[in-house]
Amino acid sequence: MAYFLQQLINGLTLGSIYGLIAIGYTMVYGIIGMINFAHGEIYMIGAFISIIAFLVLGLVGVTYIPLALATVLATTMLFTSIYGWAVERIAYRPLRGSFRLAPLISAIGMSIFLQNYVQIFQGARVKPMPPLIQGGLTVFESGGFTVRLSYLQLFIVLLTLGLMIGFTTLIATTPLGRAQRACEQDMRMAALLGVDVDRVISLTFVMGAALAAVAGLMVTLYYGVIDFFIGFLAGVKAFTAAVLGGIGSLPGAMLGGILIGLIEAFWSAYFSVEYKDVSVFVVLVLVLIFCPTGLLGRPEVEKV
Amino acid sequence: MTAASGLAVDNTSKSRDFWAPLLKDAVLAALVAVLLALPLVGLQTYDIGGGALGIRTHFDWVAIAGAAVFGGRIALRMLQQLYRGRPRGRGRILPVLAARGGRPAMPITLAGLVCAAALPFLPFSSRYLIDLGTTVLIYVMLGWGLNVVVGLAGLLDLGYVAFYAVGAYTFALLARDLGFGFWEALPFSGLVAASFGIILGFPVLRLRGDYLAIVTLGFGEIIRVVLLNWASVTGGPNGISDIPRPSFFGLPFARSAPEGGTTFHQFFGVEFSPEHRVVFLYLVILAMALLTNAFTLRIRKLPIGRAWEALREDEVACRALGINPTTIKLSAFAIGAMFGGLAGSFFATRQGFISPESFTFIESATILAIVVLGGMGSQLGVVLAAILLVSLPEFGRAFAEFRMLIFGAAMVGVMVWRPRGLIAHREPTVRLGLQPAAR
Repeated sequence: MAYFLQQLINGLTLGSIYGLIAIGYTMVYGIIGMINFAHGEIYMIGAFISIIAFLVLGLVGVTYIPLALATVLATTMLFTSIYGWAVERIAYRPLRGSFRLAPLISAIGMSIFLQNYVQIFQGARVKPMPPLIQGGLTVFESGGFTVRLSYLQLFIVLLTLGLMIGFTTLIATTPLGRAQRACEQDMRMAALLGVDVDRVISLTFVMGAALAAVAGLMVTLYYGVIDFFIGFLAGVKAFTAAVLGGIGSLPGAMLGGILIGLIEAFWSAYFSVEYKDVSVFVVLVLVLIFCPTGLLGRPEVEKV
Repeated sequence: MTAASGLAVDNTSKSRDFWAPLLKDAVLAALVAVLLALPLVGLQTYDIGGGALGIRTHFDWVAIAGAAVFGGRIALRMLQQLYRGRPRGRGRILPVLAARGGRPAMPITLAGLVCAAALPFLPFSSRYLIDLGTTVLIYVMLGWGLNVVVGLAGLLDLGYVAFYAVGAYTFALLARDLGFGFWEALPFSGLVAASFGIILGFPVLRLRGDYLAIVTLGFGEIIRVVLLNWASVTGGPNGISDIPRPSFFGLPFARSAPEGGTTFHQFFGVEFSPEHRVVFLYLVILAMALLTNAFTLRIRKLPIGRAWEALREDEVACRALGINPTTIKLSAFAIGAMFGGLAGSFFATRQGFISPESFTFIESATILAIVVLGGMGSQLGVVLAAILLVSLPEFGRAFAEFRMLIFGAAMVGVMVWRPRGLIAHREPTVRLGLQPAAR
């Protein structure tokens, strides 16, 4: 029981991270109907920028942890957003309206480019990060096994929750959110009614990148090591989360992320660590076969 | 955007209207480049020992990046201005080929074939060149195999490398455990890979487009993870070594024959040379690739090939006409996978050693890039793209670490430049009515 509870906590933490990345996939897919294959790399870049920001702050001499965290969060989101914007501008916008495979290939190329770019300029070795938020609460104790909820896990889950609330409000109430929803339903009609579609799409990429940046920061703090290759697997898992939750649906992406996190945590706890990545793919295949619209997705009508 | 609208103004204030937005645009682009480069290029992390990181600054590089983007942006705009209003692509060779339906004239095909076959015997050809040619041909064969799935049937497969791996491991295991040689194992490799194609095909048949891409990607990763972790059979990360080399009708290419046997050089009474095997491997893969091509070209004209193309164009219409999409898609997967498996088998025998590291996602991406960059469905495009993608990085060996960087950038660049591939060709082979519709 205690073991189960511990895995639940771990899974929720992991799931929050996946969920944040999944939102980027689901929003982009909702609006322009393409898999932003480079999104995983954006998350990886977020992780790198966060580690660099921590180092710079350390050199400047900021030692008050909440201040350091807030500063790093803001800088990481800012700089990663620029990457998200630039990727869309360079690799996707010229291909809009082109045939279906072109943006996907371009995205794969972008993903390879970004991976190697980071590898060349930051080195291929793993980057360690000393634990910043230490300590935790003991939730439960039984039979010599303690269930611990570390402050870091608490921080991750709460930050995700806060971002989700803010984000949902943004989509639901602001003019930008309205424009976004309009583009999602019918891009041409939205353009006719005066919505600047290019701007909306750019902002969608910026928002997705900002959330991926937060996920990158979290993973840096949580695992304490990053390398240039983390984006690929995290990207595929987050995409699975987006599909599981129903692609195009924001709450779905979060729900899917948490489910994927839980599946992964329990699979590694009870079955085998080696095959934990396989478990995610198996889930993906099963969802697509039996419930292609996902848990919260709208059914797709095939038009002739 | 602003620059483009500024260019459309009348002639009186033309030069000012040209330069002002141009400069503004270039400055903005340079600013973005500086912001992009600042954290990741300008601040470099490095190990200072004891598991800690230090940081180095490279602000000069950031400045160079900004300046380069500024200059590049201006140059690009001026080029665009120069070419504005001219008909695109007139008189160039690629659109000419595309206009011919992607099929080059007979003399070109023949000349290409003769060049390819004669390559090992040319005076200037070195062992390095033949090796490179062999690698290019492996990718050509893989590209042609994947072209059946992606180009003809229109099913996007991001996990094609799985079949390549299955073929390679089938041969390696048959050779290690049952003592099979390359030629005996070849049909089995193809068969096993084809069965894997069907196994993958079943669950994903209902999926369309991008979903299919992700599931096939997942399948490719599953195969790789299994190969990596099932150490008792596959050798895990150490892979399988000592895979036998192919023989020439039973004559091995070796310095000394095994007991009671004759080697190639003894049989033909020539001096032993390690190059014989290299040339032989080159010719084998050339033959295999050409076989793939001939097969594809023929099957296009058979009912099943026609059905693939019809399915690609319109699945609903196909169903209405009584074509069963399930069997058609499965056959495309199986045949594509079979060629992947055959190529994998050749890869194993050429390398003599295989490990899961050779079958990563990047391979799938490369093969897919070859098909799409070449122009989906175009057989010649695959060859051009394979030569471009495989040999270009080889020439850039001087800056080897930038290889994949350039590769990724080239993928983006070619897509932006020619979204339909180098030789754009997606016309169905047949069409109702006499006049093919102009594109």
